[in-house]
Amino acid sequence: MTAGDTPVVEARGIVKIFGQHRALDGVDFAVRAGEVHALLGENGAGKSTLIKILTGAYQPDGGEVLLNGAPVRFSDPLQAQGQGIGTVYQEVNLLPNRSVAENLFLGHQPTRFGIVQRKVIAAQARELLATYGLEIDVKAELGSYSVAVQQIVAIARAVELSGKVLVLDEPTASLDRNEVAKLFEVIGRLKARGLAIIFITHFLDQVFAVADRVTILRNGQLIGTRDLSALTATEVVRMMLGKDLAYDQRTLGVAESVQGPVRVEFRGIGRAGRVAPFTLSLHEGEVVGVAGLLGSGRTEMARLMFGVDASDGGEVTVGGRSVTIRNPQQAVAAGFGFCPEDRKLDGIFGELSVRENIIIALQAKLGWFRALNRDEQNEVAGRYAEDLDIRAANHDMPVKLLSGGNQQKVILARWLAIDPSFLILDEPTRGIDVGAHAEIVRTINRLREEGLALLVISSELDEVVAYSNRVVVMRDREMVAELRGEEITPAVIVSAIAENTGAKA
Amino acid sequence: MRRSNLKAHLLRPQFAALAAVLFINWLLFPGFFAITWQDGRFFGSVIDVLNRGAPVAILAIGMTAVIATRGVDLSVGAVMAISGAVAAVMVSDGTPAVVAVAVALSAGLVCGLWNGVLVTYLDIQPIIATLVLMVAGRGLAQLVTEGSIVTFADPLLIYIGTGSLLGLPMPVVIAAVLMLLATLAVRRTALGLLIEAVGVNRSAARFAGISSRLLLLLVYTFAGFCAAISGLIVAGDIRGADANNAGLWMELDAILAVVIGGTSLLGGRFSIPMSVVGALIIQAMNTGILISGFSPQFNLVVKSAVIILILVLQSPMAAQWIARRTTAAERTPR
Amino acid sequence: MNRALRPLIATTLIFALAYVAAVLQYPSMLSTRVLGNFLTDNAFLGIAAVGMTFVIISGGIDLSVGAVIGFTTVLIATLIMWAGLHPFAAFAVALGVAALFGAVMGAAIHYLKVPSFIVTLAGMFLARGGASVLSPDSIGIKHEVYTAISRSYILLPGGGRLTVIGLVMLAVFAVGIILAHRTRFGSYVYALGGSETSAALMGVPVARTTVLVYTLSATLAGLAGIVFSLYTSAGYSLSALGVELDAIAAVVIGGTLLTGGYGFIAGTFIGVMLQGLVQTYIVFDGTLSSWWTKIVIGGLLFLFILLQRLVFSASSPKGKVFWKT
Repeated sequence: MTAGDTPVVEARGIVKIFGQHRALDGVDFAVRAGEVHALLGENGAGKSTLIKILTGAYQPDGGEVLLNGAPVRFSDPLQAQGQGIGTVYQEVNLLPNRSVAENLFLGHQPTRFGIVQRKVIAAQARELLATYGLEIDVKAELGSYSVAVQQIVAIARAVELSGKVLVLDEPTASLDRNEVAKLFEVIGRLKARGLAIIFITHFLDQVFAVADRVTILRNGQLIGTRDLSALTATEVVRMMLGKDLAYDQRTLGVAESVQGPVRVEFRGIGRAGRVAPFTLSLHEGEVVGVAGLLGSGRTEMARLMFGVDASDGGEVTVGGRSVTIRNPQQAVAAGFGFCPEDRKLDGIFGELSVRENIIIALQAKLGWFRALNRDEQNEVAGRYAEDLDIRAANHDMPVKLLSGGNQQKVILARWLAIDPSFLILDEPTRGIDVGAHAEIVRTINRLREEGLALLVISSELDEVVAYSNRVVVMRDREMVAELRGEEITPAVIVSAIAENTGAKA
Repeated sequence: MRRSNLKAHLLRPQFAALAAVLFINWLLFPGFFAITWQDGRFFGSVIDVLNRGAPVAILAIGMTAVIATRGVDLSVGAVMAISGAVAAVMVSDGTPAVVAVAVALSAGLVCGLWNGVLVTYLDIQPIIATLVLMVAGRGLAQLVTEGSIVTFADPLLIYIGTGSLLGLPMPVVIAAVLMLLATLAVRRTALGLLIEAVGVNRSAARFAGISSRLLLLLVYTFAGFCAAISGLIVAGDIRGADANNAGLWMELDAILAVVIGGTSLLGGRFSIPMSVVGALIIQAMNTGILISGFSPQFNLVVKSAVIILILVLQSPMAAQWIARRTTAAERTPR
Repeated sequence: MNRALRPLIATTLIFALAYVAAVLQYPSMLSTRVLGNFLTDNAFLGIAAVGMTFVIISGGIDLSVGAVIGFTTVLIATLIMWAGLHPFAAFAVALGVAALFGAVMGAAIHYLKVPSFIVTLAGMFLARGGASVLSPDSIGIKHEVYTAISRSYILLPGGGRLTVIGLVMLAVFAVGIILAHRTRFGSYVYALGGSETSAALMGVPVARTTVLVYTLSATLAGLAGIVFSLYTSAGYSLSALGVELDAIAAVVIGGTLLTGGYGFIAGTFIGVMLQGLVQTYIVFDGTLSSWWTKIVIGGLLFLFILLQRLVFSASSPKGKVFWKT
């Protein structure tokens, strides 16, 4: 390690609270000059909250941020940028409609008598990008270049304007292998220039390829900061997913439970660039768990099954009959239900009442003219609210006022109301409190006993182990393993996820 | 339950606003509430408010559903001109009035469908999509009338604009019936809920298996239909079709009526009857300004003041202020 | 090729073809006389359209321009005829009032976080209403300055006249082009239209730029009002009715993306000229009626909106994310 001892940027005991949720709970984090420091954790672990605090987008509720050893408080990202911390986001926050040169110098363009010196800017832009190994037409629209080029332009702008710390927030999420290599080359150069680089990603192979140290967060807690040279991929996954060796024994014997006939089968379903074609059948009374890191293609798989994205080919059969699923309506008609990962964006109708949120899918399925009257609505909502123990002052209050756990239960109730035969749950327990968490796990088990086929995506391994009859493992947008019976242990899952990753790239 | 609902409805600020405007009108003109019975129908300023407010109210009925889906329809004024022009030209060519009315209404449906297709299938922003017809529609109407004001003496068309039923002006009857039917159509079927769901969160609607395309198509087509009815009334009222001025700026009044009625421009919850109340508030202000002797143009100033007031009240800043006040109020008694 | 140029090239081609076709049919349309009248007759529209171009590039819309033109004509007429102000003093007052009006609208849009079309709609009502409160009737303007201005022009070879107001429009376009493409303010306007979040993160003064854009649009509408009053020698509260729609159409036909971020001031010039061409053709034809203008403009508007959708959605950066593998 080429680093000196004082960290360039340091966070001490950071606490951040949203409502009643502790997004960060006493997290320490320090980055030295000339190192690439990976920040890892599943969704909701607190990575982006920590980054937003370091870059001034959020203010911490506790703890302090130090820059070169001196406490600082940034009121916004611009101020952080001015003092040396630049950020590049996954969705490049530049202007695709303007030229590369303008994107590099916007707000700092040299002018003469108020007229922007375009030639000077173009020359400077060319010169600057050359130091990043990029030779492109700087007068062309930024949007006409690939995301990789846009990333490098964004990095160049951030480094140019700040120059001490560079935060890369999932920069590789939409790049292909060659582009990632190109980006790593740039990161290497900047590291050699003595920049402190914070690298956030969910690709483990990339962490091992480019980073010197890693800090792992889980549920807002600091799990640890380690030198990567002393770690294996399996150890990293274990830290991320929170599995100790003590957990290696299977706690519940669900895998052996009786299964019914095949309920739904997906053959050769896939979509180019999202998830490779897979084949999977689910039995009545069976829970298939899906394990895999963020970006492994697990959510994409669920979206294809439910027709949110259309499959490139393949066949779906329900109860032995072939069905077409090109959109969610067809999926609902086939008896499918889907609790999406992003509750707020894709799940709840915030302004609508709890009752309406529960009956909406049933109503959509019934059609425009078979309207549920008020009594029927109350009956359905009441039944499932009681069933799932949804805690709301009344069912006419807007669902947005409920807690995350109760919102999740509302969406679950929405699908139970259509009496589904196959239910997909994408991260059903993320970001909800412990009580609701346990209840959702109990509900999953109960639904299985009632004969439902369920596909449950989760990054909580002990949870997956607890309720799954079978576990499929996703990696690099591909289904790579199917585990049954005795194989279903956190250790096996972790190694299936981590397999090969350290050696790749 | 039902009764307390009704009470809650009547306590809404819109009714207070309407009452306030009517009260001011009464102060300005003590005979404002006087209603007389003459030649088999009612006369009076209040009846006049209802009658004059009917065309905007009808537009607002159609506009409500569009705005509830997070859209807007700028073309309804132009569609009014088209429908009036079609009916007028057809009857003056000797076509039976019933056929002419049917064709005019169909023209409105087609215009609405056109907007709907642009919004749903071509995925063009509503304000931009409907701008096309707003620009071209008046030209089309003039094409139909060949630029002149086509007058007619057809009794049916005139009856639609100026006749009376059960002592009430025909436009008022039409608006009331349409309001009733539209409200029943959205509240007795699932349409209302589905429209609100699409307006609140289109992505979640998709995940819940709602086909938003068909709904949007329906909503824009209905707005076109309402505009056509309104166009017939306006044409019948002046016994002629004026392609240049029929429905001019009325799309803006309709939007304003919907917003006053409490439907947010960001979509979601809507109420057709409240939009009609909004239209009546606007008309009551118009009438008040007329009787107080100001120039009718002064309306515009008042309207802009109303818009500004609503915008300030609905702005995030006001919401924050109210939130602060209410939390403070909640804390004090404890 | 820069894809933003495609609609502009299409417009230029359509204009060239239409003009050639018109000239083939009516050879006398190819004269400086006709061209001079083009400029004079559309001067107020062109000036207002420059302001509208800035607003639309920034991602907004300004429905108040027609009303501001109308208001300005009335204000000038009352100041000159009733208050006895010198026309140039009246012009200065009118521009100041218009600028203030635009600044307030811009501030409302930014700080109240309301869609621009609602705020400028209120502005439209206010300006029209205000104008008719000042004077509901048309006021004729008689002043030697007006006579002098309307009498002065540059004689073009071929007998055409380049009038003062035509020149003012050309100057506004020239300044507009420099402002849009060669100043920081211009790049901020494009940045706002591209992405307000990104712009803010990149340090663009969002509030100031928004206020300035609407101030510019209203000021230019005020200037258009001055030109309109010179053109008609009158002030009338209902003048320039619907000009905002013509201006929007000219901007879009000129290749500016209605959702903001892309566009050219020069394109707007061609958009205005294309509208002028349609009108002139209809006058030459004699059998066609004026309403065809609106229909043709509406049709062109539709065509260009469609074209923009094709050009800008087929190759949008979003679609590129998964372009390989």
